[in-house]
Amino acid sequence: MKALIFSILGILTLQSASAQIDSTLLRRKPKDTTGNLLNMDAVYNRPFLSVARMPVALGGYAEANWQHLGTNGISEGHQFQMRRVSLFIASGISKRIKFLSEIEFEDGAKEISVEFAALDMEFHPLFNLRGGIVLNPIGAFNQNHDGPKWEFIDRPVAATELLPATWNNAGFGIYGKKFQKNWVFAYEAYLTNGFNDKIIDNKQGRTSLPAAKENTDRFEESFNGMPLITAKAAIRNSKIAEIGISYMGGVYNKFADDGITLDKKRRVDVVAIDMNATLPKLNTFINGEWAWVTVDVPTTYIQQYARKQQGGFIDLVQPIYKKALLGFEQSVISAACRLEYVDWNVGKFTATGGNIADNVFAIVPALSWRPNKQTVIRLNYKYCWQQDLLGNPPAKTAGFQAGFATYF
Amino acid sequence: MKKSFLLLTIGISLVLSCQKTEPSIPIDNNTLDGPVDGLTTSEKLQFLRGDAAFNNQIFTKETGLGPLFVASSCGSCHAGDGKGHPFTTLTRFGQTDSSGNKFLATGAPQLQNCAIPGYEPEQVPAGASSSKFTPPANTGMGYLDAVSDDDIVAMADPNDANGDGISGVANWISLKSYLIPRTGSLVNNGRHIGRFGKKSGAYDLLQQTAGAYNQDMGITSTYEPFDTYSGVAIAPEVSNQTLSDVVFYLKTLKAPVQRNGGNTAVIKGKELFNQINCAKCHIPELKTGYSPIGALNKKTFYPYTDLLLHDMGSGLDDGYTEGNAKTYEWRTPALWGLGLSKNSQGGTYYLLHDGRATSIEQAILLHGGEATDSRNRYNGLSDAEKQHLIQFLESL
Repeated sequence: MKALIFSILGILTLQSASAQIDSTLLRRKPKDTTGNLLNMDAVYNRPFLSVARMPVALGGYAEANWQHLGTNGISEGHQFQMRRVSLFIASGISKRIKFLSEIEFEDGAKEISVEFAALDMEFHPLFNLRGGIVLNPIGAFNQNHDGPKWEFIDRPVAATELLPATWNNAGFGIYGKKFQKNWVFAYEAYLTNGFNDKIIDNKQGRTSLPAAKENTDRFEESFNGMPLITAKAAIRNSKIAEIGISYMGGVYNKFADDGITLDKKRRVDVVAIDMNATLPKLNTFINGEWAWVTVDVPTTYIQQYARKQQGGFIDLVQPIYKKALLGFEQSVISAACRLEYVDWNVGKFTATGGNIADNVFAIVPALSWRPNKQTVIRLNYKYCWQQDLLGNPPAKTAGFQAGFATYF
Repeated sequence: MKKSFLLLTIGISLVLSCQKTEPSIPIDNNTLDGPVDGLTTSEKLQFLRGDAAFNNQIFTKETGLGPLFVASSCGSCHAGDGKGHPFTTLTRFGQTDSSGNKFLATGAPQLQNCAIPGYEPEQVPAGASSSKFTPPANTGMGYLDAVSDDDIVAMADPNDANGDGISGVANWISLKSYLIPRTGSLVNNGRHIGRFGKKSGAYDLLQQTAGAYNQDMGITSTYEPFDTYSGVAIAPEVSNQTLSDVVFYLKTLKAPVQRNGGNTAVIKGKELFNQINCAKCHIPELKTGYSPIGALNKKTFYPYTDLLLHDMGSGLDDGYTEGNAKTYEWRTPALWGLGLSKNSQGGTYYLLHDGRATSIEQAILLHGGEATDSRNRYNGLSDAEKQHLIQFLESL
């Protein structure tokens, strides 16, 4: 009898709950279409959903794919991957104070992180404060990395294995923007916690800025007490292009402990440029960035840990079909291609004078179908050549990837 | 509907054909890695564990690297299991004769020329002679390990009884306490035959491996427990199981396979190789004795070595030695895989014990001592014959 009563109550509750979901209360926050947004605006340039008059907007995105890649004839076979689910919550605390947070689940729940959680206070278009966990504005991809924005399943090697995207840190900074006719100028500058000596002491066996992310304490404690400076300036003409130049630098080693000097202060410095443009008439979208990394590695250390690195990518995206497809009214099919290159060790062997290799070159032709503005279905074919430190015949990796990325 | 069908067809075709769009596996005889044929499933699993430890495990400060070291992984020195590059060439120092190494207290026998931040790498002490050793290829070593001592001694001719000017000798060395002699191992005044290393200073692959972890990477084990910086015995930084897996991996890496063996020039080159007596030391064919690994037990193989020490002349005498070898004596290196060396040395040959020869011909011309006659005979060959001989060597 009790079971029957609970069942009836349960059904009534469910009906009541579903009746409360009134889709007219859910409003998509309109996306900015002025053409004045920059890569550095990416964290707020997302489709958010707000509920009635609540001062909170929600959003997120997810990426999943299948791939079959082989290296020199050896393949891991068919792989199905849920790469990431990201949830963001934006809150307008008052007219000029807002808070945005993003929580990311990678590879299922293998890695869960607060990717972004920052309070913004607006004082003047050219002077605003941001603090919390921020995305360091180095290059463009680090801030503008949401899967649905890209035609490619893999993130660029230069952004993830040269630069440490997604590279976020606890810190504070300022930003501002100036509009004039078709022009926008903007800047950002932050002081945050930074790198650590993992960049030259890691399981990758090479100088690796991404290895610094193994230190999850960076959100509560600086490795050496020295702030990492990250600054970016960007300029955009809405009819021509956007160009950004960014710098990130600081001390990465523990040069002193308990008041005792252990080593000189060793720096890591990164300079990056990024650009994007849409060619008139052809409507071809071109997007790329390039970064140079310099690390003060002790001269007594092994040469496989580089003093200099560089790399970047360029994406070409050409819409080839723009009309209804399979009942999706706003379908866009694009052909795309990514070219990418990273040299993890720019230099010469002291023993022989020969070039140190340790590089990768990849070409990724792609087809994408966007049935709407929030969702992209992607088919990539990736071919890459990776040389070891000595420059021996490259390992060749290639194969197909297919999947989707969508905001929700 | 037609479009959906088309998309579905494309998708299925893609899945079914994906392997054809991927890079093909290199021809077996063009690579040095891969196991010997005939391993059992459990042996294959151990091979894979050893492969992962050898090629993928990169040591860091946290996992024991250094503080003094030469390289941070096994794979740093043996890319693709082939010969190494001068970038990780080892420097050994301190011993000039059979009375032992006089510089053990100052870091001998091996120089650790790199250090983690905060430490200073070693320098060769004043007064110590030294020699540079290019890392060797790893392949086929299980076969060499399984050659019986009787067979090695049978190839020796210490007093040059046959009067051919070639007098190979075994390096009789003291056994490390943790080593267990092979079945049938010969003993001479309490010493055993060394067969690995440029001077045959290592008895077997366990000694070679435990020594390399310790001297090359600063990694201690129960076998080699002393930290190379402090000299203090410390907790093992690599497990016995991992060492056992790596030793097994090294034992069961396949032997290099000859390429273009039927080529006319290669056949002529092989004849010349025998005619000018290269084959007196670089003996083409050997046999394994008993091996607990079935795939290596009583097999015939083609390494082009006699595993013996030979006087190579003053030009290759660096004034440093190991065990009972003289400073001018070097163990005959196996020539198998020679033609593939460039693929692991960054596109350039670095041959002889220290990589001083950047071509096969240069290496031949630097032979002296017992090999002087063969070198002179090589010089007497026509240009075409020299090319045939080199083509043969490149085919190995």
